Amino acid sequence: MKSPALRNNWFALLKMFGLHIVGACRDLAPVVLVTVFFQLVVLGQPFPDFLDLVVGLLMVVLGLALFVLGLEIGLFPIGEAMAEAFARKGSLFWLLTFGFGIGFSTTIAEPALIAVAREASVVAAMGQYIPSDPEAMASYAFGLRLTVALSVGIAILTGLIRILKGWPVQYLIIGGYLFVILLTFFAPEEIIGIAYDSGGVTTSTVTVPLVTALGVGLAASIRGRNPLLDGFGLIAFASLLPIGFVMIYGMAVYG
Amino acid sequence: MKIFTDLIHTLGMTFKDVAPVLVLLLFFQFAILRKPLPDWRRMAFGFACVIVGLALFLDGLETALFPIGRLMATQLSAPQFVFGTETAPAQADWYAYAWVYLFGALIGFATTIAEPALIAVSFKAQEVSRGGLHQWGLRLAVAFGVSAGIALGTFRIVTGTPLYAYIIAGYVLVVIQTVFAPREIIPLAYDSGGVTTSTVTVPLVAALGLGLSETVPGRNPALDGFGLIAFASVFPIMSVMGYAQIAQALAKRRRRPSKES
Repeated sequence: MKSPALRNNWFALLKMFGLHIVGACRDLAPVVLVTVFFQLVVLGQPFPDFLDLVVGLLMVVLGLALFVLGLEIGLFPIGEAMAEAFARKGSLFWLLTFGFGIGFSTTIAEPALIAVAREASVVAAMGQYIPSDPEAMASYAFGLRLTVALSVGIAILTGLIRILKGWPVQYLIIGGYLFVILLTFFAPEEIIGIAYDSGGVTTSTVTVPLVTALGVGLAASIRGRNPLLDGFGLIAFASLLPIGFVMIYGMAVYG
Repeated sequence: MKIFTDLIHTLGMTFKDVAPVLVLLLFFQFAILRKPLPDWRRMAFGFACVIVGLALFLDGLETALFPIGRLMATQLSAPQFVFGTETAPAQADWYAYAWVYLFGALIGFATTIAEPALIAVSFKAQEVSRGGLHQWGLRLAVAFGVSAGIALGTFRIVTGTPLYAYIIAGYVLVVIQTVFAPREIIPLAYDSGGVTTSTVTVPLVAALGLGLSETVPGRNPALDGFGLIAFASVFPIMSVMGYAQIAQALAKRRRRPSKES
């Protein structure tokens, strides 16, 4: 009975997917052009494995199109529906717990962060700030990850409170910058680069759409909030707070 | 065959990365909110698309682009390419590395255009502003910012000037721009700083930074290798606010003659 509607549904999805394939080709064209130009013209070398290149690029295009389709029908609606459900339920505690949880849980397992933390532990051991046995380095790296994950959780939580209260984002962010700049003068030199980098690596490809939809959905379901003005800004907190936290961690560990 | 086993492996890794989010979503959905989401089957299908798509995307990059890009980053900063000799001279002029700056600028631009997280945010921004903000305007503005940031960041590594001087100057500029930029763009501009540096940009840019700091005479990878990501996060904030300021100025100019007529 519902099969025509269902078929229509699938057909619409397929059409969307086709459009996203075209979009993905356009999005990836610059990277391919830059790589080909430098490989063939500047370095004057052939491509080592042409088959790998073609197969890999096909996978990239297909993957990006699937991801964007999934955003549209999955991640965005989920984030917005959850935000709306929290707003309707009116429980501040659970909303903030959810926000903290999203920030913490996605960051602690983030592969980019794991890589940066490992790198940082090698640097710290080379500088003889920590003993260079594997155990001390692992505990240092884990401490760093925990610090960053905590700071991202707190950042999302703070950002959600900001949306609820309608505070302008710039005062908080500029205040945060000043705090970070101030810390930079006191933090050990070795941690500064890592700290600033950790702000950039925390926000992963799955977290960003989900958190954005959460913020925009929340701002849309509270009266008097403008989604553009109040809904965005969560990612900004999540990239700023880890910088400060990592520098404090550096000061604590390096002494 | 290897491609398939790699893909299965990446799929598992991606699922592991997404698992905490999934657990959290399910827990809150069933234990706290306790109301079924509308159209949840479609959403679940979408979530599956995201995981499979991301795995294919990452694996494809790892097969096709990353190895060459990483190799390129090291080769372009190697003394054989820069000076035509086996070892670099003790004192290197900053302009000897012109190809590196160009590569940094172009690869920064190109990887930003391909960055899925930025696609997501600019898509949402266009939707929320009801077309007032075009997603390509935002994406290009961010890409130009990253491009300038990486170029300047590689210059910093070559010259060995301290990172904090650039970053602090950047933040001061951001604060000044915030005062003058249209209010609606500010949260989005701040967000774009964190969004740009993710799946595609980080691996290539990190390789460029480490490669450079290992080969430029007098640089220490531990001190100078990091920091490129930081450049790529600060500059888009400026370029997005700049984009909005220019758009506003143009709109004002266009409005004025029509009022007179």
